[in-house]
Amino acid sequence: MAKITKAEVEKLAKLCRLKLTTKEVGQMQTELNSILDYVEILQKVDVKGLHPTSQVTGLMNVFRPDEIMDYRVEPRDLLKNAPAAKDNQFKVKRIL
Amino acid sequence: MNHKLKSQITQWEPIETLAKKVNAGQLSAVSLIQKSLDLIEKNKEYHSILSVNKKLALEHASQIDAQVKSGKQAGRLAGVPFIAKDNFLAHGSPTTAASHMLEDFVAPYQATAIEKLEAEGAILVAKANLDAFAHGSSTENSAFGPTLNPHDKTKVPGGSSGGSGAAAALELAPFALGTDTGGSIRLPASYCGVVGYKPTYGLVSRYGVVAMASSTDVIGPLTKNVEDAALVLDIMSGRDQFDGTTIERDNTSYTNLKTSLKGAKIGVIKEYFGKGLDDGVGKIIKNKIEALKQAGAEIVEVSLPSVDLALACYYVIVPAEVGSNLSRYDGQRYGLSSAGAKDLYESYELSREHGFEAENKRRILIGTYVLSSGYYDAYYRKAQTVRTKLINEFNSVFKKVDFLLGPTAPTTAFKIGQNVDNPLSMYLADIMTVAANLVGIPAISLPVGTSKNMPVGMQLMAPQHNDRLLLALSKKIEELN
Repeated sequence: MAKITKAEVEKLAKLCRLKLTTKEVGQMQTELNSILDYVEILQKVDVKGLHPTSQVTGLMNVFRPDEIMDYRVEPRDLLKNAPAAKDNQFKVKRIL
Repeated sequence: MNHKLKSQITQWEPIETLAKKVNAGQLSAVSLIQKSLDLIEKNKEYHSILSVNKKLALEHASQIDAQVKSGKQAGRLAGVPFIAKDNFLAHGSPTTAASHMLEDFVAPYQATAIEKLEAEGAILVAKANLDAFAHGSSTENSAFGPTLNPHDKTKVPGGSSGGSGAAAALELAPFALGTDTGGSIRLPASYCGVVGYKPTYGLVSRYGVVAMASSTDVIGPLTKNVEDAALVLDIMSGRDQFDGTTIERDNTSYTNLKTSLKGAKIGVIKEYFGKGLDDGVGKIIKNKIEALKQAGAEIVEVSLPSVDLALACYYVIVPAEVGSNLSRYDGQRYGLSSAGAKDLYESYELSREHGFEAENKRRILIGTYVLSSGYYDAYYRKAQTVRTKLINEFNSVFKKVDFLLGPTAPTTAFKIGQNVDNPLSMYLADIMTVAANLVGIPAISLPVGTSKNMPVGMQLMAPQHNDRLLLALSKKIEELN
């Protein structure tokens, strides 16, 4: 499979909202390629007739009544960890 | 334990005994907490602890003592101190996940696991070190510095629950909690010479625990013996309305550990005894297998042809889930928020750049790559399908045997710094533990001896939901020591 280029690392970083330094980009390129080389062994595995597994509980459609539950948490406690809050809400930089 | 640690001047009695004595008024909860706090203070050099809950713990202990004095029972864990990995939320206490991202975070609510333990009278005394966001196999990825192995300070305690492993080995409290996504309880247990238990996936609620990879994350205890692990698991497990992935448990208590080694069908995993296994580790495990045969166990060699693919499979699926789970750390609602960003976009970028460690970034990038259009089928979907193949192989082997056995790790604890520049060689420490996570089965690491003075762990696995049987067998094996 194709090797990751520096430009691709930069594009990935952008998608992940990580502002990598130039040094980090170079380092990550080398390390990501060595990890991808390792997982390459999966490509040759014969999985004909098998379906992918995304969870292992066997549970399906776990429902609960559509009622307000006590999650043991107070909004004002949640807001204590916020970098900025106003009127009982999170305050963020303007979007538009 | 075959060899002595400097701190082992004090041994805790079994948890059940401690709680009984507290309930009978023979032992005060305050004295137990004080003992744990003193041990934590005395063993600071190992850096297994990130924060101490002194005030709250002593208050809680006084309440328990008062309750007992007034003639009420205080629970199955009355007054018993414990330590939790610092990715468990305990109301009003810091929870850093050993990252700068959550350095100043104070938990606004409580993990269900901690809630259940406290409801039975247990008391959280301290939070233990880990690899930042539980990404790692040595605890060297902690933003606050590594934990040292209690058996040799130049070596790692394993990871990612390395602080919990070291704390259990140093006996800072009768039990410690960890999380295990690919071996993060069992590897430190093996490297530090304690019992580490990874339950069936879904058995313990993860509500209030920092998420890493949601399809494999589990919670479990690290203890000095199997009985203590069984008691802690018995209390923590069961359905939780706040975690939709939790499963129903059976009604028999996990503390009912009656079984016999005679006739126990145990499969030795052939693939775990090949290239890469340290001779000293191999010898100890093989001796133990002999002892099991002597005791009447039916030992057969079994093959899991795809088990060698488990690590590759894991390092596609887990980064994908990690990338997704860590997207919530955006510097807006909680966690580190970089000042001086010119707009919202830059605020995301800078907060994440400064809040995450190198290994966190590596996994986020890999995860994003394997999920991106054009690579999704080749990497992520393929790994998920190989996961099915692995599950099928385990299922068919479990038709022939009731348990699987092998080493927990190919070597004993490695030197601090040995693998930090090579992420892939660090990943290889998990080569024997990741399969149980991908398959969702219970697994345990038992201390079974030492090689060159370092502890060796033996791993046992059982089919899903067979937690009690696995613990019962483990107890019998422990008694052979």
